[in-house]
Amino acid sequence: MSALLSLRNVWVEYGEKIVLEDVTLDIAEQSFVSIIGPSGAGKSSLLRVILGQEAPTRGKILLDGETLPPECGPDRGVVFQRYSVFPHLSVLRNTMFGLECAQAPFTAQLFGAKRRAAREEAEEMLVAVGLKDAMNLHPAEMSGGMQQRLAIAQALIKRPRILLLDEPFGALDPGIRADMHVLITRLWQDYSLTVIMVTHDIKEAFSLGTRVLTLDKRRHDPHAPHRFGATAVYDLPLTKPRPARPAESAQLPADKSEVGSITIDTIDNN
Amino acid sequence: MRWVNRHPRRGNSIVLGAIPIALLILLYLVVSAGRHAENPSDKILPLPSGMVEAMWPLLFEKDLLSGHVIFWADTLASLERLGLGLGISTLSALLVGLVLGALPPVRATFSPLVTAIAVIPPIALLPILFIAFGLGETAKVALIVIGIAPFMIRDIAAHVAALPREQIIKAQTLGASSWQVMLRVALPQAMPRLIQAVRLSLGPAWVFLISAEAIASDIGLGYRIFLVRRYLSMDVILPYVAWIALLAVAMDFILVQASRRLFPWAHGVGH
Repeated sequence: MSALLSLRNVWVEYGEKIVLEDVTLDIAEQSFVSIIGPSGAGKSSLLRVILGQEAPTRGKILLDGETLPPECGPDRGVVFQRYSVFPHLSVLRNTMFGLECAQAPFTAQLFGAKRRAAREEAEEMLVAVGLKDAMNLHPAEMSGGMQQRLAIAQALIKRPRILLLDEPFGALDPGIRADMHVLITRLWQDYSLTVIMVTHDIKEAFSLGTRVLTLDKRRHDPHAPHRFGATAVYDLPLTKPRPARPAESAQLPADKSEVGSITIDTIDNN
Repeated sequence: MRWVNRHPRRGNSIVLGAIPIALLILLYLVVSAGRHAENPSDKILPLPSGMVEAMWPLLFEKDLLSGHVIFWADTLASLERLGLGLGISTLSALLVGLVLGALPPVRATFSPLVTAIAVIPPIALLPILFIAFGLGETAKVALIVIGIAPFMIRDIAAHVAALPREQIIKAQTLGASSWQVMLRVALPQAMPRLIQAVRLSLGPAWVFLISAEAIASDIGLGYRIFLVRRYLSMDVILPYVAWIALLAVAMDFILVQASRRLFPWAHGVGH
């Protein structure tokens, strides 16, 4: 498998404090990488440098063999634990946002036929994440699980090369979380996504991932706890059979059988 | 039941709110009647009849000198100054606040300047304004703007800068440029806050308006109050003050309603 994303000797330091040291990784296309590790082991820092929110202190990050600029871009989508949907926009407008930014550099609003096309695409995406009946709601009117569905739809509409998930289901109820696991697995298969997910939940990491990375410090100096940074101490490829994909389910919105098996949380049950 | 848990119903709370105001008016009437019983020509606490008598020509008769009906001409002049001052301040708060809040280099460059201007007592600048702009309308509007705009700018800038980082990052991963982040993410979310800032600035704006009118003017609510003060005309001053209060309350009410109507998402669930 070709490496879609490569980290070459990446260090992240904040002044004296070394968070990540010498991380070298190759992430293959269409893999689902779970990142686990104790608090403060730099899981989120790793995600931030891949996202481009921060530049690595040293080292290089390559996407498709090209060095990434230290800035976020539409090639890497993200879903945070919270606050990653726009409270002032309806669900539909939230989802259309990415399309509007690309097609209307000055107004960031679409009109006429382009708007209708964007609207249809957004509606299709919302059906895929199970928000068909919530398109005109505002985020404040929805449960946490629905907001995360929206955040995923928002990101996926840009067809990112990599989808980064920063503890996306950490704030959800166990039942809703299980629904979200089904959803993300289905989207990952149907859209052939490459996913990197940071999580605290080890079970989640192993059940969803095709590969589990554990970040931790290899060396520890009790007198200078910040002297050494974390790196990938375990890198476990999981050889689980990819569930055979039914041929029709490639066309996702038509895939009613799968949608039906998910308990879609509607308003106020979370 | 604990007092922290006692929530009066809507009808009751209107009655409750009216009680202190009614009591205050009653107290005034009693004291005023008492004074008038002792001295029928008392000027300090005029009776309502005296106020009506004094206000009548101001409200309904043309002034021989200027040809205006004084009360309405005063109101119009004051509202025009206030409206201009608030309008300019609001617009500049939105533009400058948005840019300061959203773009860190601009913030680093200009926020010390805005802070420095904001801490100067505006009244101390009034002589400079009169020297620079003369005694006309410009100086009065400028005083209001200098008085409230820096506060509003800082408020909007702080609000925009405090938007969750996740939202700004998310917008960028959706392909938004700096301009698009400002236009589609920061601006709409700054709007309800802007209305809030205007509401909070209404009080200071009136203070600066009345001050400027008191010092150099020939028309306006503040001018009239300070003019008739020379004759101890409480029968004109009190109705004028009540009118100013009424105008201020009406403006506040309109702003609240506008915010609820225009930005329902900012006013909680269940709109």
